[in-house]
Amino acid sequence: MTCSIFLQNKYVMYQDKMFKLSDKILLLCVGEAGDTVQFAEYIQKNIQLYKMRNGYELSPTAAANFTRKNLADYLRSRTPYHVNLLLAGFDETDGPGLYFMDYLSALAKAPFAAHGYGAYLTLSILDRYYRPDLTRDEAVELLKKCIEELNKRLIINLPSFSVRLIDKDGIHDLEKLVPVGAK
Amino acid sequence: MALQDFSGSPLHLSVPAAEYLSESPIQFGQINPNIASNFINTLHQDLVLSFPPGFPPSCSPSVPLPFTMSHGTTTLAFIFQGGVIAAADTRSSCNGLVACPASQKILPVHSHLVGTTSGTSADCALWKRILARELRLYQLRHGRRLSTAGAAKLLAHMLHPFKGTELCVAATLCGWDGGERPSLYYVCSDGTRLQGELFSVGSGSPYAYSVLDGGVRWGLTVEEATSLARQAVYRATHRDAYSGNCVDVYHITSKGWARRDREELHRQIVQQFKTNVSQC
Repeated sequence: MTCSIFLQNKYVMYQDKMFKLSDKILLLCVGEAGDTVQFAEYIQKNIQLYKMRNGYELSPTAAANFTRKNLADYLRSRTPYHVNLLLAGFDETDGPGLYFMDYLSALAKAPFAAHGYGAYLTLSILDRYYRPDLTRDEAVELLKKCIEELNKRLIINLPSFSVRLIDKDGIHDLEKLVPVGAK
Repeated sequence: MALQDFSGSPLHLSVPAAEYLSESPIQFGQINPNIASNFINTLHQDLVLSFPPGFPPSCSPSVPLPFTMSHGTTTLAFIFQGGVIAAADTRSSCNGLVACPASQKILPVHSHLVGTTSGTSADCALWKRILARELRLYQLRHGRRLSTAGAAKLLAHMLHPFKGTELCVAATLCGWDGGERPSLYYVCSDGTRLQGELFSVGSGSPYAYSVLDGGVRWGLTVEEATSLARQAVYRATHRDAYSGNCVDVYHITSKGWARRDREELHRQIVQQFKTNVSQC
């Protein structure tokens, strides 16, 4: 059973950057200070409103496209949102899906993705070792490889990472990953 | 919207007020791109967003500021078993000049919520008052006080439309939520809203952090906590040029906030130091 896994880090103030859009969709939002929370909560509440009005939840593909449309509309306004997003979800028919969006409202479906300076270091590890048929444990091991590399080469100290897994049963919190030697 | 609720009562304003004053601050909206079938538009159909053109002011700094503003201060707040302690210095600086040596940087919002202010003094004073007004209206409408988390959320949403302008407010809201919980939130005009147990804001904050990080524990007594807070502000005022003069300390408990008398610590501590040195 394949699943989408992604990681996020927590800073000294321990802010959670993952926003639960629905039972099977998570949105990771990073970028400019206030924009992240404002935009992510706006999307979150709209997805929930759709469910209340129509009785069923949006699929991950629909949610991703909705998010991208909003980002694109605000891009050319006086108040663009400078946020980079990863949307991960599990669809009953299509299976797991990961959508990469950046602040210019580009949208791409990808098997794995990363934003920020960490991306420079981790994408090649993911390129090398990712297979679509990874088991859950293998996937967590792959994440650990990425985090160890960040711990070694990234100038910013990232003390802890929270990990969540989405599968047909919903969103599960996995054990926090702490790089060895990080405080 | 706020003032319209009271029309017809003896409180009806006879002074013509600018349009935007009768709107709730939450509706100071960014110019939304007009999308026909967007969800949120249908929600706001009956609300008229009318405000004077050019308000909030756009990002381009084409209008020069009348004088250079400066944001020097040291404020701090932390939670411990006895409630929340908030402390701040009292110096208002203006680009190298001490504009006021006795200003008040900790402003009570309501009986159980106090806010420390940092950034532009005028902005902080105004937005604290707006927040106090909105919280009071909430209390009247809903019959209960809004929690500190809610107040912080409200302030963050009210400040968001002004992002990118010169507005600069960095406040920590220290409050006691109905029951046994003290809480502490940091809200900034760039949109940050964080919950925590210890915050220090301002140009003197690194100095304050270093003193606080060594001493803050949950189990402090009230005297130890106040003395730690005073020490931290004092050390920051010693090192930071833009912080100085006296120290204000507020203590928030389940019974509300209590203010300690303003103290001028420099003389005390120098005196102590001299007696210590002479005893060696």
